[in-house]
Amino acid sequence: MTANAQPAPKSEVMIELVGVNKWYDKFHVLKDINLEVRKGERIVVCGPSGSGKSTMIRCINRLEEHQKGQIVVDGIELTNDLRNIETIRKEVGMVFQHFNLFPHLTVLENCVLAPMWVRKTPRKEAEQTAMMYLEKVKIPDQAKKYPGQLSGGQQQRVAIARSLCMNPRIMLFDEPTSALDPEMIKEVLDTMISLAESGMTMMCVTHEMGFAKTVADKVIFMDRGQIVESNPPHEFFNNPQNERTQLFLSQILNH
Amino acid sequence: MAHNFVPLPDQPPPPASVGTVAWIRANLFSGWVNSVLTVLAVYVLVTALPPLINWMFISADWVGTGREACDSGGACWVFVANRIDIFIYGFYPNDQIWRVDAIFIGLFLLTAPLFFKSFKYKVWLGGFIIFIYPIIGFILMRGGMFGLSGVETAKWGGFTLTLLLAGVGCIAALPLGVVLALGRQAGNMPIVKSMCVLFIEFWRGVPLITVLFMSSVMLPLFLPEGVNFDKLLRALIGITLFQSAYMAEVIRGGLQAIPKGQYEAADALGLGYWRKYGLIILPQALKIVIPGIVNTFIALFKDTTLVIIVGLLELLGMVKASLGDPAWPDVSREGYVFAAFMFWICCFSMSRYSQWLERKLHTGHKR
Ligand SMILES: Nc1ncnc2c1ncn2[C@@H]1O[C@H](COP(=O)(O)OP(=O)(O)OP(=O)(O)O)[C@@H](O)[C@H]1O
Ligand SMILES: [Mg+2]
Repeated sequence: MTANAQPAPKSEVMIELVGVNKWYDKFHVLKDINLEVRKGERIVVCGPSGSGKSTMIRCINRLEEHQKGQIVVDGIELTNDLRNIETIRKEVGMVFQHFNLFPHLTVLENCVLAPMWVRKTPRKEAEQTAMMYLEKVKIPDQAKKYPGQLSGGQQQRVAIARSLCMNPRIMLFDEPTSALDPEMIKEVLDTMISLAESGMTMMCVTHEMGFAKTVADKVIFMDRGQIVESNPPHEFFNNPQNERTQLFLSQILNH
Repeated sequence: MAHNFVPLPDQPPPPASVGTVAWIRANLFSGWVNSVLTVLAVYVLVTALPPLINWMFISADWVGTGREACDSGGACWVFVANRIDIFIYGFYPNDQIWRVDAIFIGLFLLTAPLFFKSFKYKVWLGGFIIFIYPIIGFILMRGGMFGLSGVETAKWGGFTLTLLLAGVGCIAALPLGVVLALGRQAGNMPIVKSMCVLFIEFWRGVPLITVLFMSSVMLPLFLPEGVNFDKLLRALIGITLFQSAYMAEVIRGGLQAIPKGQYEAADALGLGYWRKYGLIILPQALKIVIPGIVNTFIALFKDTTLVIIVGLLELLGMVKASLGDPAWPDVSREGYVFAAFMFWICCFSMSRYSQWLERKLHTGHKR
């Protein structure tokens, strides 16, 4: 089922899932997931609610534990070894649906916290990096504010900048725009597009099909814990192979 | 037919202030229930306040040396003025009282910079006050070294003892409470968790008075002959353990109020357990429970009066003991009013401080 992804030929594999299974008690959420993401690849994951998209993406930085199969991120296998988990989390940034900024810290403090405490970057340097990324997401003027004083779109862009400050090799997004108003969705998507253009390896759960069409190297469709289809966007949208995919696309594109 | 969107100019809000009469009518006489209550309250105040003020201030006696000085029928503050040293310092030797004063003045001077925004070393100073200063204070109080004459703890008493018991109880119980609360949350460490639950439920289940009684009467029975450690120390340990159980539950409430997303964001950044709690979760959780923490502080402050049953005389104990003095008959009202006043000042200050702290730490809306 692993698609023969064509871009960035033969470059290193950043994320590899082999036969991954996960259960919540008796409930089988992820069934035999096989997936390979190469360096610089941009993957969009879509599928109906409850299909296990979030669960899968959260397994990659061990916010959820898988019970069977193998997950290798950046050459390190995820096991119960806490040190491996911490190493991987340093290299993998994550952006959440509800931003999850730290409300007791200013925007700048949110951004420098992890670099300073995890990477041991000196404060000066961390602040410079943070300001650079805040400029990239176009909100350097909000650095001294608290998250509660920003709009949703601005908060999500801060969250992206916060992740980037750790200099991650992989970025995971779990529905980054679905808690936002239409006007703000665009500013966040623009940020993500420019991030994609910079060559970041990205895996993104989203229902923004426009984003998938312009940015993705591969679109993955999930249903009931399985990867149903995995294809480059033009093929995925114009010539879906699976009946389930066709139904989903007709629902999501014609409303 | 395209119209340009022209935003309306900003206008000042309508004036909110209304006249005094309108305010009184709206707030005190808005309906007949309200009116009756207002009249009743005014009646109670008018009948009760003047005699009280008269007794406490107008016909009170302030200066003198003995009971005879109080002949004007009001409160006999002469009694309090004459006994103030004992009330404040207990039986601490008179010529050594400067040591107690030095500790409190030192504490005051050390705490002051914490209230200034521009002061940079708050964390270090705070740590010094909490961890180092108590040791310095103990050495100063106890003496017996550095050329200071020794003053055994049995002589400590009065308001000094009240502050000591409450201060040590609060400061030591806070970190202990944090540890217990975190332990109780540690779902992946069942043994640690059940030990914390057991500890908390045990200490919360017994009254403080029992704890104190056990510490002074029962504990020596279990200790080998001749081993006898300080009565005050035993009371302090009892109070601290007791208080930490309450603190743990208050803090656990705060931990539960932190959204799951905060834990996940901290995890995703690779902060690890200690930094996650130290930098993200606890600062927010503790801020939420400031009112609860101060509430238990205030309760403890007043509960220190219970140490009288193990023979320690804090402020109230000293006042009570002084009331038996035949040279000062009939001054119990004054004594108790004074004690109540001292307690009230302290508890009220704590309450105001917590409100100030809450406002200061407020950083806009939570998400
Ligand atoms: N902590 C949990 N305990 C038990 N079941 C869970 C838990 N988290 C998720 N599930 C279940 O696992 C399934 C997959 O959830 P998941 O959040 O991965 O779906 P999703 O594809 O991200 O859906 P959505 O588009 O709504 O976010 C759902 O049926 C959900 O009810
Ligand atoms: Mg989801």
